[in-house]
Amino acid sequence: MKTISVKEAAALIPDGASLMIGGFMGVGTPERLIDEIVRQGRRDLTVIANDTAAPGRGIGKLVTAGLVRKTIASHIGLNPETQQQMLAGKMEVDLVPQGTLIERIRAGGFGLGGILTPTGVGTVVEEGKRRIDVDGKTYLIEIALRADFALVNAFLADYRGNLYYALTARNFNPVIAMAADTVIVTADNVVPVGVIAPDHVVTPAALIDYLVTNA
Amino acid sequence: MEAQTIIAKRIARELRPGMLVNLGIGIPTLVANYVPDGLNVYFQSENGLIGTGPIPEEGMMHPTLTDAGGRPVSALPGACTFDSAMSFGLIRGGHVDMTVLGGLQVDAKGLLANWMIPGKMVPGMGGAMDLVTGAKRVIIAMQHTAKGKPKILEKCSLPLTSVRPVDLIVTEMAVISFPEGRATLLETAPGVSVQQVIDATEARLAIPGTIPDMCL
Repeated sequence: MKTISVKEAAALIPDGASLMIGGFMGVGTPERLIDEIVRQGRRDLTVIANDTAAPGRGIGKLVTAGLVRKTIASHIGLNPETQQQMLAGKMEVDLVPQGTLIERIRAGGFGLGGILTPTGVGTVVEEGKRRIDVDGKTYLIEIALRADFALVNAFLADYRGNLYYALTARNFNPVIAMAADTVIVTADNVVPVGVIAPDHVVTPAALIDYLVTNA
Repeated sequence: MEAQTIIAKRIARELRPGMLVNLGIGIPTLVANYVPDGLNVYFQSENGLIGTGPIPEEGMMHPTLTDAGGRPVSALPGACTFDSAMSFGLIRGGHVDMTVLGGLQVDAKGLLANWMIPGKMVPGMGGAMDLVTGAKRVIIAMQHTAKGKPKILEKCSLPLTSVRPVDLIVTEMAVISFPEGRATLLETAPGVSVQQVIDATEARLAIPGTIPDMCL
């Protein structure tokens, strides 16, 4: 794990990169990193996240700045700008049931090719996918998702990069930390090793590539 | 009594001790206001919380304690938090005893459409498809009609949420279930006649004998 400034962190991300971004309606999103990506003006990004938050908040800032070419999310209902860009053909949006989305990401991080889920069978979600029957129940094959970068927000990071999350700000964060080639973390608090007891570490430091300093 | 109050109060009577319950946004959220005194139920927010409590008083909110709509909530004693994979493992895995969701349309067999209106409203399904597919019991809380038009139809014209039928619909006019795949009138709201319910419903309703009033 290396510590870097927020400027250096955003500079690691090239135009056209795919980003998994933590957060649920902006709660648990690495806000400082998003602000810096907007400032540096990265283009043609693919965003994989639960939702696109709201205008002026979290991922919504990337949408407003017109930096997102494709979104894979479960819900865009609280961000009218995402819907406008989708309907205007400016952004491709792939809507995925929330439980399927998180499991596809988990599969990507856990070395699996995909998962079998009953969610979506017989609905428009099934289009273009294969069905499989197991013990008399029908499932869809949903393939794994990975990304170039995972942008993670934690409540505590220790000097080594072990992570601990706060309440509902955990959401997608520990799962995306497994599923990207490069993992970048912003933490609300950076603390000495040992402050997070081994039993309380949710994301092991070994998974983290870069910790953004609070300087 | 307001329509949504009737619906929320009636659904609260379906709660049982120790249940894990997921409430959708809108009318379903109001069910939490009518939990009978002394009844311990666990409310799940799918963003990663069991033990969701009421909106905290001014100055006691925290940015990392929110419901699935991103609004501030409190956590009740015994609450716990987890990531989204766990949250949907609870939902899809059949650990959620009951979910209460809104509905746009329900058909005569109990199939639900509640997540999009093509060309008009495409918010995404969020957790709705997983909830309807995986929860042990699915209850729909909705107004009986929309702009005077029935919402309980022979067949849904909107895209379905799941091929798993719902268990119960509660409206401000009636309670309807689907034994053997057939829409069946169980109760009418106080002051509402069986004929009024039939007139406001497109799906053919089975009427098993005398229909009792809703207990509220």
